[in-house]
Amino acid sequence: MKTSTKLLLVLLVLGMFLLHQDFWNWRKSELVFGFLPVGLAYHAAYAILAAIMMALLVKFAWPKELDEMESKPEANSKKETK
Amino acid sequence: MLGAPLFRTPHSALRVAMIPAIIVFIYLAVVLYIGIFAFRKGKASGEDYFLASRSLGQYTFLFALFGTNMTAFSILGASGLAYHRGIGVFGMLASASALVIPLSIFFIGTRLWALGKKFGHMTQVQFLRDRWECSFIGTLIFVLTAAMLVPYIIIGVMGGGQTLEKISDGQVPYWAGGAIVALVVMSYVFFGGMRGTAWVNAFQTLMFLCFGTIAFVLIGKNLGGFDQVMQRLAANEATAPLLTRQRIPVQEFFSYAFIPLSSIMFPHVAIMCMTAKKASSFKKTVIFYPICILLLWLPSVFLGVVAADSVPGLKPGESDGVILRLLTANTDMLLAGVLGAAIMACVMASDSQILALCTMFTEDIFAYYGGKQRFGEQAQVWTGRAFVVGVTVVAYLIALKLKDKAGIFELAIRFAFSGFAALAPVMLAALFWKRSTKWGALASVLWVIVTMTGSWYLHEFSAGIAPKAGQPPAQIFPALGNLFLRGAGSVTMYGYLPVMFMCFGSAALMWLVSLLTPPPSAKTIEKYFPRAAVAAN
Repeated sequence: MKTSTKLLLVLLVLGMFLLHQDFWNWRKSELVFGFLPVGLAYHAAYAILAAIMMALLVKFAWPKELDEMESKPEANSKKETK
Repeated sequence: MLGAPLFRTPHSALRVAMIPAIIVFIYLAVVLYIGIFAFRKGKASGEDYFLASRSLGQYTFLFALFGTNMTAFSILGASGLAYHRGIGVFGMLASASALVIPLSIFFIGTRLWALGKKFGHMTQVQFLRDRWECSFIGTLIFVLTAAMLVPYIIIGVMGGGQTLEKISDGQVPYWAGGAIVALVVMSYVFFGGMRGTAWVNAFQTLMFLCFGTIAFVLIGKNLGGFDQVMQRLAANEATAPLLTRQRIPVQEFFSYAFIPLSSIMFPHVAIMCMTAKKASSFKKTVIFYPICILLLWLPSVFLGVVAADSVPGLKPGESDGVILRLLTANTDMLLAGVLGAAIMACVMASDSQILALCTMFTEDIFAYYGGKQRFGEQAQVWTGRAFVVGVTVVAYLIALKLKDKAGIFELAIRFAFSGFAALAPVMLAALFWKRSTKWGALASVLWVIVTMTGSWYLHEFSAGIAPKAGQPPAQIFPALGNLFLRGAGSVTMYGYLPVMFMCFGSAALMWLVSLLTPPPSAKTIEKYFPRAAVAAN
């Protein structure tokens, strides 16, 4: 993985952590779609954003050694069942 | 845990009152069948019984892992908390988990899976013992994690007995409900092992997500639309703050983000991570995990707030039953029964904890001290099964004896969350920092034990000065200012939950003590960090 990609992903995760602390919504009580308090709607959207972040991590930061392991035979498990 | 009877029968219509209970019994029978079906599919090896031969497919793995993490608290506790503290409960507990849990599975769970597959580890303790070339550290972590798991198992049996009693309007007494639940859980764990437990958890998750959504829509419709309810809540001075985060201090909200670190350190979750068939199973799991959290927690928290309008005036303990109350009042008996069964599934989710404890005992104690070598693999599996029976019987007896002391175990679970979270730096160091040492790990574990005990002591010590909900926290030692504060439900340090300081302290000790002590042998470094060893050479 390129250093720039790595840096961007680190910033993405840190950014997500900061976005979780949405102090600007603390006292707001407006309703989104007429029934969902804005603080709740924000964190619902945040959960969707977390899923997108994980998809990006899977795409760009998936450990290669795990894929390598998958292509190898199951050394230990086979040994035990024989 | 729950308040007054949930399914009132003004004319003592026994049969009508029993409908939800009958649905729960059908559910229990299905769950039992799944366990026995898994038994038929199983092989007679330890790896098959304890880890389903590391063969779970990606969707079973996703739903089983999520189901393992889903407890009574996610449904009943969260809505009860939202009833008093408002919508902020979702951000504090759920969306923090939506970020931290998938990240911890991504970074820790996948590595545990790979090492387990490579070296045959089945538990965290096996890995930690080997990684730090030390038997004692493994034994200490075994004792600590086992002690933190036991309250869950007891609460599971208690919750099962209480829920069946409430659902049947008292027709099924607590002792009988607890016995039925304990027997069912024991049977499918006994026969089905990890395969049975994983399938049951996956089934429970799907059931809850499907019927939960249906119930949510029906409740909204029956109440005349959620928009009307929200308008009423906003117009009422007493309930308007529930639509904001005014009742949750900023420091508490921030420090709660450390709690989800506990997830991957729970033995049942870590062991479940080793059951995946392929590494790629983790990909869908980490991506869809936040969505599952959203689908489960959003209705729970939202309905908790809605209940403040529909069922006002409940006290903290009583409010845990608000979802069941809303269901009873706003859906028909049949759907309420199905949802009751789904809630029951969460309440009695002690299956994976029992299996984890059993796996730890047979692998970290029985096999480690030569039992497997002397008596063979078959004996190991049967020892595990005997342990499942023993643990369940003891949990049931304690649940009977201490029926009215559920609060003690609930409190123990709260402290266990902090304890497991503070153990996360130990695992991170073991996996990613080759210079980390057994002494660093030992210092961290001792720190966790001391701080957890200290938090408990302060909690009990300050019980007399605990303010009521909504009142400002009290200083425990006025001479120390705001260092130790007592809130309505917990002790904090300058307003932050102790878990934050426990995590920082654990990480700092791991780092400092490791640097001051000799590193592990080159052989171990090469074994666990092959690329780093090649680079160094």
